[in-house]
Amino acid sequence: MNELAIRKDGDIPASSFGELKLVPSSALQNLTFPQAERTLLGFELPTVARLYQQMILIRLVEERLLELFSQGLLFGTTHTSIGQEANAVGVVNALDRDRDIVWSNHRCHGHFIAYSGEVEGLIAEIMGRVTGICGGRGGSQHLCFRNFHSNGIQGGIAPVAVGCALARKDEGAVAVVFLGDGTMGEGAVYESLNLASVFGAPVLFVVEDNEIAQTTPKSLTVSGSIIARAEPFGIRTFAYDGNDPVEICELAQEAVGYVRAESRPCWLYLRTERIGPHSKGDDTRPALRLEQARARDPIPPMRRRVAHFEEIDAFCRSAVDRAVESAAAAALARG
Amino acid sequence: MRVVESINRALHDLMEADLRLVILGEDILDPYGGAFKVTKGLSSAYQDRVWTTPISEGGIVGMAAGMALKGRPVIVELMFGDFIALAADQIINHAAKFRWMYNDQVEVPITIRAPMGGRRGYGPTHSQSLEKHFCGVPGLTVFATHEYADPGALLHRALASRSPHLIIENKVMYSRPVLGAGALPRPTDSDVVILTYGGCVEHAVAAANKLAEEEEIATTVVAVEQLSPFPCVEVLSQVGHCSRVLAVEEGSPGWGFASECARALIGRVKHFSALAGPDHPIPSSREWEDDLLPGVDAIQAACIDLFKKG
Repeated sequence: MNELAIRKDGDIPASSFGELKLVPSSALQNLTFPQAERTLLGFELPTVARLYQQMILIRLVEERLLELFSQGLLFGTTHTSIGQEANAVGVVNALDRDRDIVWSNHRCHGHFIAYSGEVEGLIAEIMGRVTGICGGRGGSQHLCFRNFHSNGIQGGIAPVAVGCALARKDEGAVAVVFLGDGTMGEGAVYESLNLASVFGAPVLFVVEDNEIAQTTPKSLTVSGSIIARAEPFGIRTFAYDGNDPVEICELAQEAVGYVRAESRPCWLYLRTERIGPHSKGDDTRPALRLEQARARDPIPPMRRRVAHFEEIDAFCRSAVDRAVESAAAAALARG
Repeated sequence: MRVVESINRALHDLMEADLRLVILGEDILDPYGGAFKVTKGLSSAYQDRVWTTPISEGGIVGMAAGMALKGRPVIVELMFGDFIALAADQIINHAAKFRWMYNDQVEVPITIRAPMGGRRGYGPTHSQSLEKHFCGVPGLTVFATHEYADPGALLHRALASRSPHLIIENKVMYSRPVLGAGALPRPTDSDVVILTYGGCVEHAVAAANKLAEEEEIATTVVAVEQLSPFPCVEVLSQVGHCSRVLAVEEGSPGWGFASECARALIGRVKHFSALAGPDHPIPSSREWEDDLLPGVDAIQAACIDLFKKG
């Protein structure tokens, strides 16, 4: 671990899409403003509340997805990121959503929501509706919205992200690619590290280490140090273990700033916990290990920092309700 | 002009015409100019857009797909087509899928050039014709170039489509002169039609000429340029009313070009037979390799057999 700089001061600037309504954060002392001025990604909120809102939005969407599955209203597969939301919001909020590129993997809902706020499009997509973000073609792990993409093949997204970064380098854009500890077994990752370094690609590799690949613990499949993997390629490395979205965002800002300024790749290691199953009912971890994972849930500590979290929860819950209702009412994608 | 020069000329023209186009590949810089010299002169003319890459076929095809996805068309040269297996995931699960999977929100203008085929004594891993494994992949168009068409024009066509293309280039063919479609034997009333592609075309043409001279069997050679999706309608119209068809390919037998021809011709011809390469790896021994790959004599004999069937 050669970089573990966490800045505590300073607010994180909100970046936004053009059409979303923005309210200057200085005008907001509390959360009693009219619902009409609220955005799902909380662009109008101060940093901590904004990051919390995005996290709880992700959590509520994914919990609802698991519910819909158990009610038989969804089919196929889905991979929730319950417990890992701090990474998604921390990293994505360090980006310039207007130009930066995000590549995610099979466990992509959190990254997608943090980037797009398109809860309705996501739920409709997973429910196989024509109103889905990819018209029902992609489903849970194949999403595309502006410069956000995901794909369900482990590691394969890494060289693609390197290429995206190179293509948009002249515009000052950065590409981020989310990997996991399980992905460390894929050769494509190491080819990508080499390519990114050789060609000077502004790409941030984010490794979310939840210590488990589907049902197999990291100890059985990953040798050596994940943190130390990129350095021999001449790639600067940041590492963090804390599951705090504000700290992650500050660290990611530093990493993204470096990637953008130097046009160099960077490796950001984030220790995290997957609280939910890999997919639906496939968690084989012992109760004690699950308890340890739940103890690191990033939501409760944030609730202690956001005075009006219940209002935020209610706002997000009603958005999820509406999204499910409208998706259920939309036509099934049939080609 | 030789085939290699036709492709090289097209690469120059494409680079000149599109300032965002990038060429990637192993050992493609001058003075070497690629293992088969197809990229010669390009790195000198377009220094910042011709990149020599690490030996990472999967990585470079993936990187190319990413660049293409974000507005920079890419031509990737695979040094040997055999190495395409290393890039299979990137082709099948990434480049070819993106457009449809993402609901037509994106396009992926990437063209992969792959030198395939034997008869150079390169042995089991450098002589194959692996294209059949990439035919039938939705979202990917597979072309095979040959000297009886315009190899450079084929490259232009691939780039103009702004979608993933794989172009199979036969290694032996690089040094052959471009002859154009006019040089293909096309008698008005054919006794036999040979359907083939790529490196087998010249052998089919030589066989057809011998058949006409020695046996008075009128033989048409149809050189298929687009392998996948298979151009059924076009192939049917080329076969016309001829009732005997021979399909010739250099790759291993089964699940390939001949199978696809047979599918297109179901119920349309009376007699159909096929020639292919061996069902084991290609040996290094030059003579043995020649014996195994469908050459002039084998094609001629197969046509005579078909003709005798009535």
